[in-house]
Amino acid sequence: MTEFVPFLLSLLSKPGLSGNEEPISALIAEKWRPLVDELSTSRLGSLHGLRRADAKDKRPSLMIATHMDAIGLMVKKIEHGLLLITHVGGIDPRILPGQLVTVHGKREIPGIVQLVPNRLLDDKFVGKSAEFKNLFIDTGLKESELLKQVQVGDLVSFAQTPFEMSGGYVAGHSLDNRASVTALTVCLEEIKNYNLNWNLIAVATVQEELTMAGAITSAFDLRPDLAITVDVTFAKGPGANDYRSFPLGKGPSIGLGANIHPALVKKFTTMADELDMPYSIETMPLSSGTDSMAIQISAEGIPNEVISVPIRYMHTSVEMVAMTDILRTGRLLARFITELNTESLNFLHEEKNS
Amino acid sequence: MTLQPPKHFRIGKTQLTLLEELTNANGVSGNEKEVRELVRKQVAPHADEINVDAMGNMLVIKHAKKNNPLKLMMAAHMDEVGLMIVDEDSDGLYSFVVVGGIDERQLLSKTVNVGDDKIPGIIGSKPIHLAESDELHSIIPVQSMRIDIGPANKSKVKVGDYAAFATKFMHSGDSLFAKALDDRLGVAALIEILKIVPDHIEFLAAFTVQEEIGLRGARVAAYGFNPDLAIVIDSTPAFDLPRPDENENTQYNCRLDAGPAIYLSDAGTLSDPRLIRFLEKIAKENKIPYQFRQPGGGGTDAGAIHKTRSGIPSVSVSVPGRYAHTPIMLARVKDWENTIILLQKALETISPATLSAERA
Repeated sequence: MTEFVPFLLSLLSKPGLSGNEEPISALIAEKWRPLVDELSTSRLGSLHGLRRADAKDKRPSLMIATHMDAIGLMVKKIEHGLLLITHVGGIDPRILPGQLVTVHGKREIPGIVQLVPNRLLDDKFVGKSAEFKNLFIDTGLKESELLKQVQVGDLVSFAQTPFEMSGGYVAGHSLDNRASVTALTVCLEEIKNYNLNWNLIAVATVQEELTMAGAITSAFDLRPDLAITVDVTFAKGPGANDYRSFPLGKGPSIGLGANIHPALVKKFTTMADELDMPYSIETMPLSSGTDSMAIQISAEGIPNEVISVPIRYMHTSVEMVAMTDILRTGRLLARFITELNTESLNFLHEEKNS
Repeated sequence: MTLQPPKHFRIGKTQLTLLEELTNANGVSGNEKEVRELVRKQVAPHADEINVDAMGNMLVIKHAKKNNPLKLMMAAHMDEVGLMIVDEDSDGLYSFVVVGGIDERQLLSKTVNVGDDKIPGIIGSKPIHLAESDELHSIIPVQSMRIDIGPANKSKVKVGDYAAFATKFMHSGDSLFAKALDDRLGVAALIEILKIVPDHIEFLAAFTVQEEIGLRGARVAAYGFNPDLAIVIDSTPAFDLPRPDENENTQYNCRLDAGPAIYLSDAGTLSDPRLIRFLEKIAKENKIPYQFRQPGGGGTDAGAIHKTRSGIPSVSVSVPGRYAHTPIMLARVKDWENTIILLQKALETISPATLSAERA
């Protein structure tokens, strides 16, 4: 179980903000290279790892997509030696005061996100909650030096060091979606000694947090017969206790809703039951909020399912995951792949007609 | 070729390593023992006497080598603002309160170390996806926050444990990034000053406790030492940032890069005018950059010291620092260095005559 912790920690130590995924892509490629037959990069930067079916005739293909991009910040303006910022992906500005960040200028520069001190504000602005318009980054650099090193558009990532918590938990930024990248890697490890009946393309997509451009284009490019999206979901905990959240450490959630092919829900729940694996059903009545929204409507349409790893404190500088949930997700995916055979596409049609 | 010794003291690797140890250590007010033990190790080779008093102050004496010495107390507080666990929820989650003045807007999504074993914890924040849009403009009260140490670790933390920010020290260029630079900069400065004390001074170094919650340690330390005068080394906020309305910032308190900040008056103390003038003279004579901290609120251990017994002439000198009482502060190596130099030079010439001058 612990063998994937160092890999996850290494993923959590890299930036890789939406649209700028190279650092993380390189790290994933290095890990996947021995586990796949062919590794390539899409025109938009998504990483494709192909495991070929062990058969001469043409075989169907399965795409498993996990986005590798992360949320973060971007320099919007440089003023009086301070950096004004906007967000890349959804970030609650109230988590930012007192946050250590890395500014990716000509070199990596540490910075502190802060609020304007109350004493410099007119009374009506004193003590308000943090908003992007009243936050800034202080790098400690003199204005002249700052202007040499940083320009508008430079990315800013959380500098929170990831860490392991005893009992099998890992905390850090970007567990959304590096937890799922790890789960997919667990799956690739699990199946490395198996012959496959289908072609498998493991895809680490780009830009999910903003436009899903990676999933849209990779699904079109690869035209898989089936697809699975692996993402994170809300774990129960402070601020997350209603039906949209799932217990931490009690297995993955299996998505059910309009984006999902009902036969795949049945297939995955049946497999989990057979494996005696705990899981939750995640209702997604309208949209899954994941790459599956894009994949489902690619080309002629692609039946797909969403499997999610529960994490606490999603989209903050310090999220938290149970390693067991990552491993179970990987094992469930592996089981699905190894059970695929030449008849497997039939069950989709049976379910639709029933 | 022989190398000339530097004219003034310089901050080097030794001092930076010590500051790193001191700021990475936890010493929330009322629980200063980790810092105290680091200080003990540092002062032992230079001290004639080391005592820990009833409150936990570390009182270090370096005796004068001349008769009729000046009994000079120098104080720096060891404690820092932090948190205390006050209640246990289920699942490794704990309620907490703040110890010392922390703006609750600084707490969300930060990591802390809890208790003597430094169990890592997260002050978690609700996923933005689950927040209603009107919630995003409200301030989350501390009562609604929890420290999460992971469901498997619940037996490792108990009510009453202290928690400190998990920020790690960084030195980048001339900048120092760390938690608790208020007042580990002062603690480290006092350790440095203790190394070389002129013979005519009976040097009474007080590493105090509980400054952040009411200057409690300094009061009894001053009583115990009964000095002729006292100098407090602290860190004071530099609000030297632009105002959003573009008006002139007249409320900067003090500025980074402008050298040690000498206190004139704050909410608790009117500094002794003879000591203010003396420090200014020393700074000018030695071409040491200095600034006067803007008169106003705030306070240091001097607030308690100067009113102890029949009165102890006192002054404070602070290293400027931005973002005090938050998870990560910013200060300058040069300001810290110049604070040490100013006080070292002051010790060389300060004498009973300094206090026999007219007050003002």
